Amino acid sequence: MSKSIDQVFPNAKQWLLSWLAGSPSWAIQVVSILTNIFALLAVFLTLFALISVLERKILARIQNRYGPNRVGPFGLFQPIADGIKMLIKEDIVPARADKIVHFLAPVLIAATAILTLGVIPYGRNMTPFTIDGGILFFFAVGSATELAVFMAGWGSNNKFSMLGAMRAIAQMFSYELPLIITVLPVVMVVGSLTPDRIVAAQAEYTFGLVPRWFVFTPWGAAAFILFFVSGLVESNRTPFDVPEGESEIVAGHMTEYSGFKYATFFMAEYIGMFAISGLGVTLFLGGWHAPARVLEIIPSYVWFFVKLSVLLFVYIWVRGTLPRTRIDQIMNVAWKFMLPMAFTCIIAAAVWHYAGRGLRGWLWSLLVIVIVYTALSILLDTRRKFAQRVYRFAE
Amino acid sequence: MNGAAFIVISILTLAAALAAATLRKLMHAALSFAVAFVGIAAFFFLLGAEFVGLALVFIYIGAVAVLIVFTILLTRRDIEKDRGFNWSGVIIAVAVFCGLTWAILKTASLSIVAPHIRALTVKRIGEALMTSYVWPLQCIGLLLTAALIGALVLAMEEKR
Amino acid sequence: MTPTLQIFLIVSAALFSIGLLAALSRRHAIFILIGIEMMLAAANLNFIAFWRFAPKPHQPPVGVMLALFSIAISAAEAAVGLAMVIVAYRHYRTTNVDQLDQLKG
Repeated sequence: MSKSIDQVFPNAKQWLLSWLAGSPSWAIQVVSILTNIFALLAVFLTLFALISVLERKILARIQNRYGPNRVGPFGLFQPIADGIKMLIKEDIVPARADKIVHFLAPVLIAATAILTLGVIPYGRNMTPFTIDGGILFFFAVGSATELAVFMAGWGSNNKFSMLGAMRAIAQMFSYELPLIITVLPVVMVVGSLTPDRIVAAQAEYTFGLVPRWFVFTPWGAAAFILFFVSGLVESNRTPFDVPEGESEIVAGHMTEYSGFKYATFFMAEYIGMFAISGLGVTLFLGGWHAPARVLEIIPSYVWFFVKLSVLLFVYIWVRGTLPRTRIDQIMNVAWKFMLPMAFTCIIAAAVWHYAGRGLRGWLWSLLVIVIVYTALSILLDTRRKFAQRVYRFAE
Repeated sequence: MNGAAFIVISILTLAAALAAATLRKLMHAALSFAVAFVGIAAFFFLLGAEFVGLALVFIYIGAVAVLIVFTILLTRRDIEKDRGFNWSGVIIAVAVFCGLTWAILKTASLSIVAPHIRALTVKRIGEALMTSYVWPLQCIGLLLTAALIGALVLAMEEKR
Repeated sequence: MTPTLQIFLIVSAALFSIGLLAALSRRHAIFILIGIEMMLAAANLNFIAFWRFAPKPHQPPVGVMLALFSIAISAAEAAVGLAMVIVAYRHYRTTNVDQLDQLKG
């Protein structure tokens, strides 16, 4: 019974495709791919609508106010009202803008954000796009986001847009390094770049109790924290939202966008957030595996989305709690702390592997991480925090 | 290997490459350059070298294209000026193309279809890199470090 | 129609010629770099095509390895080349390669 509920979506797809039996194989392939794309879009656009209203509700709760509560029950229909508002707004293109680049930027940013969703396993046999090297695909496609942000900044022909784009690219480039390097220990330990294999490697339970998720090893925990912070920066969320800091540069690279194009940027930001959280769940939090063996009767995709929602809640929580950081602080942390720590995670994972993957390895890798962390904190002396600031400007 | 996919990809790649070589606005040329590299990566996918295609997208779209647009931004004051187009280059390029095509079409042993091969997994590439290609790999690492430092030193502000 | 090795080589030759065109006829340093990158990519396409169409599969896959190394080297070349463009622009306030004709900095 639980098995059939677990496989309800793959079975539904099989049933759909069985209608096409007898058609040429390429037609079946095309329909299969289209079904996957349609399912992905339906799920994640719904999630986007839901999260956009939930975020406002949770932020309101944190800041001791009501939040949207007028449209529908508990304000749940707010995204529909917002969508209609965005659709009927006038689409303004600046007269001096580079029209083609200005138009293509939101298209590219949304396309890359949605493409990265394709390689994440959402449940047992539920990877929309299985590819050998899926993790590399995720980062290769995701790296086009920087180009899209630059296009938005350049195409608008506006100083605020350009400044925002420069900030966005600077911080995204700096944090892409720790982001990718923290993924490496997982890839090394599993020995595969395929997300399905990485999830399968976290299937068992130690003593039948503690799941073997990588977040429960010292290197995995450290890597997960670094990954999460880098993910925050990559998706331009508070406290790292300097590219669109309203108090300084209007809305950064989105200044000259209005109406539906602005909504596309907004959507791409959230989809990027879902994608990076989904990858975090896959790599460190055991993917779609249940946290205990008895809980395996609950379908796998439910577990995936529960973990995803927890991560998204932390995103919103962080946004409601922390103030915006300065760009030089962001850069300093990236190069002086995150990068060495990310490399340490690789070494700690190797130590863990060669010390037998047991308790001994656990302690040894913890030791490596603690030593490097202490050394780094002594090196990056906190006294310097109170020294006179030196401002450097882009030429 | 699919004929239709091949035609679509080659038209896309060559059109984007031609646009990158001839467009007047530098920024448009740089973006067409990025599109051309997506096309080349698609060729690699078609040929079964997925890892190389992904690496190409990663390096060229994620790094080189962004570097190029950054350089355009930093040397922006120079863009508007009109500059000559050297027509002798067109003649040489067409001559080279004709010569190459003639040579390729003349060689009979080249008109073969692809044999069936075992899929090239990332694991096999990794094994090759870590066994028979260790020294080249280390040399590449050294070269990239040298290039990193060299580029930094070159572009750094001169102390006066 | 299944594409043969010839067609791949012709596409690669066309790409090489377009790169040559960009490197020879444009006077802007960045265009010359773009042209060089395109020529290198054409060479990579050749490597992969020859690997794929080899009658006996190589172990290790030599063509793929060569392409990977050549991608890494061309990335390094692009980084240094663009740094040089920026330095030249700082000195001479131009990126037109015809005007960069002094040996004295």
